[in-house]
Amino acid sequence: MNVINNIRIAIRALRSNMLRSSLTVLGIVIGVAAVVALLSIGRGATQGITSQVEGMGTNLVTVSSSRRFGPGGSSSTQTLLYSDYEAIVSKVNNIAGIAPYYSSQETVSTTNKTSTYNVTGVTTSYQDVTLQTIGTGRFFTSEDGLAKKRVAVIGATVSSDLFEGLNPIGRTIKINNVDFEVIGVLASKGTSGFMSGDSTVLIPLETGYSKVYGTRAMSNGKNTLSGISISAKDAESVNTVISECENVLRSQHKLGLNDDLGFSVSSQAQMLSSLSTITDTLTAFLGAIAGISLLVGGIGIMNITLVSVTERTREIGLRKAVGAPRKAILFQFLVETVTLSLIGGVLGIALGAAIAGVFTFLGLIKAAVTADVLVLAFTFSALIGLFFGLYPAWQASKLSPIEALRYE
Amino acid sequence: MIEAKDITKLYKLGGDEVHALAGVSLKIKDGEMVSIMGPSGSGKSTLMAILGCLDTPTSGEYYVDDKPVAKLKENQLANLRAHKIGFVFQQFNLLPRTSALENVMLPLTYDGTKIKDRITRAEAALEIVGLKDRMKHHPNQLSGGQQQRVAIARALVNDPAILLADEPTGNLDSKTGAEIMALFQDLHNDKHQTVIYVTHDAFIARHTNRIIHLMDGKVVHDEINKNPIKAGTERPDDLLFNNNGNGAKEKQK
Repeated sequence: MNVINNIRIAIRALRSNMLRSSLTVLGIVIGVAAVVALLSIGRGATQGITSQVEGMGTNLVTVSSSRRFGPGGSSSTQTLLYSDYEAIVSKVNNIAGIAPYYSSQETVSTTNKTSTYNVTGVTTSYQDVTLQTIGTGRFFTSEDGLAKKRVAVIGATVSSDLFEGLNPIGRTIKINNVDFEVIGVLASKGTSGFMSGDSTVLIPLETGYSKVYGTRAMSNGKNTLSGISISAKDAESVNTVISECENVLRSQHKLGLNDDLGFSVSSQAQMLSSLSTITDTLTAFLGAIAGISLLVGGIGIMNITLVSVTERTREIGLRKAVGAPRKAILFQFLVETVTLSLIGGVLGIALGAAIAGVFTFLGLIKAAVTADVLVLAFTFSALIGLFFGLYPAWQASKLSPIEALRYE
Repeated sequence: MIEAKDITKLYKLGGDEVHALAGVSLKIKDGEMVSIMGPSGSGKSTLMAILGCLDTPTSGEYYVDDKPVAKLKENQLANLRAHKIGFVFQQFNLLPRTSALENVMLPLTYDGTKIKDRITRAEAALEIVGLKDRMKHHPNQLSGGQQQRVAIARALVNDPAILLADEPTGNLDSKTGAEIMALFQDLHNDKHQTVIYVTHDAFIARHTNRIIHLMDGKVVHDEINKNPIKAGTERPDDLLFNNNGNGAKEKQK
């Protein structure tokens, strides 16, 4: 009894029923391909989100009104005010850069195109704090804000949507029917998953308050903000910046220590970990669904091997008559099922990697086909072959040689 | 040498107990050529299974080369078959899509023979049956007689103590059957191979040196046949019909 000989016997037996073997293998191919493709795409999504969040700066602290979800939609529990920003600037230490912004969905149009984008009012510091790079043109200067100039910097996607390849610099767009001159285009940051930094329109915050947002950005006669982005001096000071911001907000809004803050002050690291948890769960879920199809493929192997054992009863009887012990017969059939599932595994990995490649090529998600996914899929398919081969092989090995030889 | 002492075999068929063998004792010395003869239902297939170590008796003792066999476990029986027994079947039982050489090598994969020795020994066995020039052929490229020769080579390859043949000419025409019978006689005369030939055909049985008659699971007659028929001899008129297997079966019905 030796392995190579058994593999030769197995391949000969499988080749003698090519169509049947191919269809059985196909079941495993689909299962393994699904596992590889979905896990790779899931991993890719996680990596994409992680790198995008990291691209916004690891020392970044974001202050915003926390939202409470309930009947009638979401509502802010506290309103973030422009004066809160001023208080933070004067009282919180270890701040390298700070950028207040107000953001809302607005209708943006050119002479022949209309669409809705996130229009964000920002200050000059926004570019440095959120690590934006200008592709063409320029970013705002403090003069643009002070003079409430109607100028806009647009994202790469907005540029291609509205201007279809034409140079947008110097051209006019209408935001809520107010004319703005495009002075710059942001360099593309790429898209991954939920967030896109490319389909946004930036305007000076002061211009936004007076020309675009109107009363929506007002609360009791005061200007409000959607959020404040703060970049801490270094990674160590992130936590002190967070707690100092919270203290400032408490005193500004006259909240006691035990009151619900009503604001969310979070670092990029926290956001990263919660996002990763979501995508990892999704990936595991998708992988499990794909695993079910692999399981079905395994049942296919078991089914076809049971048929094969019945068909080859006389062969089994003969092998036993010439001296094959039970374990030799068991091994012979196990080698067959494992060979089937491993062929399926290899082809499935190739197909799965190809599917992941197509996703990457189409620019949907940059799929990450990693070695551990391949090893996992390969091992799993081998185990499937072993597990689902065990019962038919055991059936074959316990046949009585006399009855098997007489089997018609 | 093999020796059976008072062997019985009991089958349960739907509540009824059937004595396939009801106390069979026999001794076959090395180099003997013996036929076991009897009509269908006489227990000869059951006896062959036990003599061939495919099955164990319900009671009684059985020795192959003085080794007790009756109480052996399944894997020990398999090991014994691998080393001591050669089978030739009526249906040839060759593996399809497998060359003659590989078919003959099959028993050697289970008895621990080294890979390089397997080919040499299988070629030698094929040479004995006169098929060395066809060793790359597959069964479907061989005639019935040639297929049975491959099967005989397969039975000989492990140098067995006993060669058990179960109606080996039953599926062959009389001319080819005579050639196969001649091969068995040569093995007996020249190689002193012990041959046990199971048949229901009295004419075939007369080719061997000793005939054991079996009836209802018992040995009813054990005769020495001093002048065995030489293979190729015409079937005499008195053995033409009444002991022909099919004829006997039809009579019973």
